[in-house]
Amino acid sequence: MTEVALDRSLASPDGGPTSEVGALAKKRGRPLEIVIRIALFASAAVSVVTTLAIIGTLAKEAFAFFEKVPVIDFLTGTEWTPNFHPAKFGVLPLVCGTLWIVFGASLIAIPVGLSSAIYLSEYAKPRTRSILKPVLEILAGIPTIVYGFFALTFVSPILKTIFPSTQIYNAASAAIVVGIMILPMVASLCDDALRSVPSSLRQGAYALGATSLEASTRVVVPGALSGIIASIVLALSRAVGETMAVSLAAGMTPNMTLNPLESIQTMTSYIVEQSKGDVAHDGPGYSAIFAIAALLFLITLVSNVVSHRILKRFREVYE
Amino acid sequence: MNLLAVDGHDKIRYRRLKARIFQSTCCGLVWMCVALLAVLLFHVASEGFAYLNLDFLTNNTSYKPEKAGIHAALLGTLWLVVTTAVISIPTGVAAAIYLEEFAKKNRINTFIEVNVANLAGVPSIVFGMLGLAIFSRLFGLKNWVIAGALTMSLLILPVIITAAREAIRAVPNSIRLAAYAIGASKWQTVAAHVLPAALPGIVTGVILSMSRAIGETAPLITIGVPVFILHAPGGLNESFTALPMQIYSWAAMPQKEFHGLAAAGIIVLLTVLLLMNATAVFIRQRAQRKLKW
Repeated sequence: MTEVALDRSLASPDGGPTSEVGALAKKRGRPLEIVIRIALFASAAVSVVTTLAIIGTLAKEAFAFFEKVPVIDFLTGTEWTPNFHPAKFGVLPLVCGTLWIVFGASLIAIPVGLSSAIYLSEYAKPRTRSILKPVLEILAGIPTIVYGFFALTFVSPILKTIFPSTQIYNAASAAIVVGIMILPMVASLCDDALRSVPSSLRQGAYALGATSLEASTRVVVPGALSGIIASIVLALSRAVGETMAVSLAAGMTPNMTLNPLESIQTMTSYIVEQSKGDVAHDGPGYSAIFAIAALLFLITLVSNVVSHRILKRFREVYE
Repeated sequence: MNLLAVDGHDKIRYRRLKARIFQSTCCGLVWMCVALLAVLLFHVASEGFAYLNLDFLTNNTSYKPEKAGIHAALLGTLWLVVTTAVISIPTGVAAAIYLEEFAKKNRINTFIEVNVANLAGVPSIVFGMLGLAIFSRLFGLKNWVIAGALTMSLLILPVIITAAREAIRAVPNSIRLAAYAIGASKWQTVAAHVLPAALPGIVTGVILSMSRAIGETAPLITIGVPVFILHAPGGLNESFTALPMQIYSWAAMPQKEFHGLAAAGIIVLLTVLLLMNATAVFIRQRAQRKLKW
């Protein structure tokens, strides 16, 4: 180090603070910098390790499960009775339950979320925006357990007064609160997408005599369509993975029903039921949760990738 | 001719009417969201207020609703959050620094970025399954505080990384160039100039991610955190329960009294979260006023 510094100082014609110049020249190779760089990289790599660990553990445990239960029976079976004899592991009732939640939630979140976004980006004054945006943020920040409580003690009783056949635990109440839960996500992501459409397009529409409705639905929304669809896909994948509201309010009955007022069970709430420890932790009913988690992971991963692809490929580029 | 003109006039009036109805509908729906928030808060408050008193905060849970409280759950949550913070904040901020300041545009780094984005979309219960398989079983950490904290850390890492990256990106390049110009090394520049400037943004993001860790229930259930526990944890290697777990177990009981307890627990939980969010907003606004680039 000192030798190098000396060399450098000899080489530089006007002398200067020798050690400083040497340090400068050697900066890239300084041991501390290298250690720090490696530590930082390691921290960033934690996320990759996490993904690999998720894939690894889910695959390992799921394969162990599929040695006992054939994959085809798992994916196409219509009966889910893990704790009976003979136990049947057809995942379709759980998928059906999850689909009820996603379907019901999208009935609420897509229209309300999109029209809220249109209002926020096209109509609202800055002052109104500054009130509404934080409200949406608060809604998004409320823990899902609170929504579950709300579904069970507020939404379900209301449903029961309207439809007396409603069961205490029912798909409809859970779907409604999951809809409310993902609504802020749809609204704020769609709002971002709509606001990225340049105002010249809006003004062009107005100049042609369009009303605000026509400008929104025929110019602005089509212009932001890729962003809108991507945000809806993301929000729905969140509805698929939603756990607490569903396990509190939708019940624990694997059920391929067409009636949303009945108790159902989703993929996530089956995992919760098994984990709560009422059942033995070594049977196939328990290892089934890894197969279900693998299915969940796959569904959400695919929706994430699809959403990114839509954003990338179909984005209208405005100059 | 005259008829046609009237017709056209009517058509415009019809179109304008449609537009007005559309605007009112959108406006109505967005205010409905505000009303929903109000209804939710009011419902929880009206159910739980009667159970909220000092005993509720200092008692442990019980099979008798009038004696039950959240003491152990509250302390358990505190243990969980502090441990999670110690693990996740350094890791998350370091990852953000690497991705923003050090990473070159190559395949590995792009892969890391895509990976962080994807992890943010993975359901929390899947993280719980990971925690169960790796931390609880493989490492033998059972349902201890440390297993919960490690699981939560992995869950909120993407949130911290994303927030910290945004804060670091917002630091103008001139600050970095100035540091380099007077001979600072890369790390000296980052540590002494970029990080302090990005600190308010990082702190805001960290607080918000911690509030996510406080509210999460699903990962705790999968690693087997018990619901009926009568003492606060005394160390990292003790089992614990957390506030959302306690709320969940009360809400799942059929008796009405326990629903009241759950509501009271929710009031405490939401108060804590609201205080944290207010702090985050306060820090953000103060920083915006102080720093002008």
